[in-house]
Amino acid sequence: MEVVLAIVIGFLYGGGLYLMMRRNLIQLIIGLGLLSHGANLLIFTAGGLRKGGAPILADGEKVFSTIPADPLPQALILTSIVISFAVTAFALVLFLRTYQTVGTDDVDELKETETE
Amino acid sequence: MLTLLSIIFIAALLAPFVHRLCPKYTGAILVTAPIAMVIWLLKKIPEVGHGHPVTESFQWVEKLDLELAFHLDGLSLLFALLISGIGSLIVLYTQGYFKGHPQQGRFMMYIIAFMASMLGVVLADHLLLVFIFWELTSFTSYLLIGFNHNSPDARNAALQAMLVTVLGGLFLMAGIIMLAGAADTWRLSEIIQRGDVLLAHKNYLPILILVCIGAFTKSAQFPFHFWLPNAMQAPTPASAYLHSSTMVKAGVYLLARLHPALGSSEEWTLILTTIGTITFLLGAIMALGQKVLKRLLAYTTVSALGAMIMLLGVGTSYTIKAMATFILAHAFYKAALFLIAGGITHETGGETSVDKLGGLRKAMPISFACAILAGLSMGGFPPFFGFVAKETWLHALDHYPLLVGATVIGGAAYVLVGFAVGFKPFLGKMPAELHAHEIPLSMRFGPIVLGLCCLAFSFFTGSIGHNLVQPAATAIVAKELEVHLHLWAGFNKAFVISLITLMIGIGLYCSRSFLVATAGRLGVLVKFGPDAAYQFLLNGVLKFAAWHTRVLQTGILRDYIRVTVLTTVALVGAALVRAGGFQRWENLAPVSIRIALVAILMISATFATVHSKSRLRSILSMGVVGFCMAILFTFFGAPDLAMTQLVIETLTVILLVLAFHHFPPFRHGSKKRTRATDIIIAASVGITISLLVLAALHVQTPTPVSDFYLEHSYKEAHGRNVVNVILVDFRALDTLGEITVLTIAALGAYALMKLKPKKEEGGE
Repeated sequence: MEVVLAIVIGFLYGGGLYLMMRRNLIQLIIGLGLLSHGANLLIFTAGGLRKGGAPILADGEKVFSTIPADPLPQALILTSIVISFAVTAFALVLFLRTYQTVGTDDVDELKETETE
Repeated sequence: MLTLLSIIFIAALLAPFVHRLCPKYTGAILVTAPIAMVIWLLKKIPEVGHGHPVTESFQWVEKLDLELAFHLDGLSLLFALLISGIGSLIVLYTQGYFKGHPQQGRFMMYIIAFMASMLGVVLADHLLLVFIFWELTSFTSYLLIGFNHNSPDARNAALQAMLVTVLGGLFLMAGIIMLAGAADTWRLSEIIQRGDVLLAHKNYLPILILVCIGAFTKSAQFPFHFWLPNAMQAPTPASAYLHSSTMVKAGVYLLARLHPALGSSEEWTLILTTIGTITFLLGAIMALGQKVLKRLLAYTTVSALGAMIMLLGVGTSYTIKAMATFILAHAFYKAALFLIAGGITHETGGETSVDKLGGLRKAMPISFACAILAGLSMGGFPPFFGFVAKETWLHALDHYPLLVGATVIGGAAYVLVGFAVGFKPFLGKMPAELHAHEIPLSMRFGPIVLGLCCLAFSFFTGSIGHNLVQPAATAIVAKELEVHLHLWAGFNKAFVISLITLMIGIGLYCSRSFLVATAGRLGVLVKFGPDAAYQFLLNGVLKFAAWHTRVLQTGILRDYIRVTVLTTVALVGAALVRAGGFQRWENLAPVSIRIALVAILMISATFATVHSKSRLRSILSMGVVGFCMAILFTFFGAPDLAMTQLVIETLTVILLVLAFHHFPPFRHGSKKRTRATDIIIAASVGITISLLVLAALHVQTPTPVSDFYLEHSYKEAHGRNVVNVILVDFRALDTLGEITVLTIAALGAYALMKLKPKKEEGGE
């Protein structure tokens, strides 16, 4: 199973970075999105895949009878998903404003700090 | 010792405030700190003289074996007295020199901080501590040389001095680390008792060379001598203090200190004597053709430092006695002459050239009197202390005729410089355009005290020799010896040579105008000197940096990503190859059809996202990838993740769809070749990351942290959902950080939306 996921992660990284190397601002954001999916899945897979059920105690139980899925990568990814949303949203607004101010959405032209 | 040292450091920190509160008495107030040190040191003379060093030690960083250890023996005492004694006079002198200067407080701060650092160098017993203080002196020297930061020359000279001495400092650091390793201790006082171990050690030669480079750069030995004359850009009090009587002697001190440990080998004698003699002669000869007061003195300082290294290199107990005596004599006459030179320049409105000065004797009688004393001492005329030193020196070199020859040449140059600085400005007719008056009271202390010492020491040779020179020489040789200095040792060979030297010197002085003219014609040679080599190297480094920045920092995002990504691929790839293979394929979850289907869907969606020419299709395909992620999360026991992923992905897609029509359609196609390169790079990342994931599978920590969370989440946090408990309880602070990031992003986005840049009115 891990092998399959590893291949998927590879594709997400490759696709994400390829899009980030294009010249459009929108493609840059989409690439960033793919890259964060890849990173999340990387943490998830590397943390070990267990089909033991969610790490949630049933009512009345005090200890886990069977070993559940690892809660730690989940906590990390949960944070990561939220943060990447914040980054995407901020980047989107930033790029929109940049486009309106500078008048281009060509990343290659955004290399000077001075506007006209 | 630590207390007094701290007091001086604190005085340095307070200097600007003291200056602001009572600008007229800054020097008088601040001088109390070094004077306290002088008094304490004087009180310790009898104890140290009897061979009982004063030691102090405080634990600093235990794990690094680092202690604030101090050790006061004869050698440290001699240097510490010179540093704090001359330092006190310099502080007073500064008061007058910078009278009314708005930056006087800053200068005081630097110079007192330097004093404390320099005292640290000579008092510290722990090698690392010595090194820390050593670097501090380089740093304060940089600040002092560059004090007139509006002048580009001063800035360049400061940078040069800093680069040369700090580069040497790096060599020294390597040297002392190896030295401590070889001697198996960081304590200097212990290292110098292990001379035989060190001499036989396989690293002896590297240690010696590294330490020598450190010492030679600091003490301006050939071929690193060039920074010292350039450092004359510093205000005169700093030149007099750092670049003649104290800092530049740090290298001499260090080598003298290590003499019992590293000396008494052929390599030692060869390196030190050769370099010392070359520097001694080079400095003396280059001094002959100088016109500027301070440069005359600077080149003879280079020369004197060379002489000290030379005497140390020969390493007999006679030459070491001579060296200790010469250090004392040199510090006094050189500091006095510098202070007088500074006074002349100060009171004549900035005149620095010897040949434009003359007839100042009426205007500046006190300076003139001091100048005579110091100038004659420098020339080595009887009955001045410089004469005593030179006699001891010539006597010690009895069996080294070549070095005696060098001494005659060097000594003659000193006579010339002593005359040129001590007499020339005061005698003859005063040029009409020159206006001068006597230096103010605070500036008189230094020249008077130092000048009188040049003479007075000669009449107390017995007690000076016994109390200062003998303990110092004993510490350098590390065995008992007696020092008897004599003003008049009889009409012997040394005296005859001395007389010859004086005669040649006077002859040289008379033909000075010819020498200066010759030097002017030989000026072309400077193009091939070490100073030029330094400039060449420095420009090379700057050019390399410029090229490097141009290539790597293009300002184009693609280039940054390429560099980062390829570096990652190379490093991770190398690590993977070194780790070797993927041995453990067991424990893998079985491949199920539904997951395989999801995976295929994800890969196709990724392709669609990348490939699509339509913005909407691209965004939606990315959404598909996100939703597939949510499905995967549900498969592997992560319902919370699945829910969050669903919500967030939906939001992202909505956001992008709302925003994208504000942008123009995709229209900036890259060239085919660029695209091909990018595909290769992207593919290489993909493959590396896939392999990394597979490799990561057999990294298993012995006790995963997760077990702790699984066990304690209900018991201690009373929560059934472990993931939630981690987020809001165990790692609550991290979550707070996350919320902060979200808030800042939201605020930033809001600000970007609302605050429109003001349209420039009118236009150009």
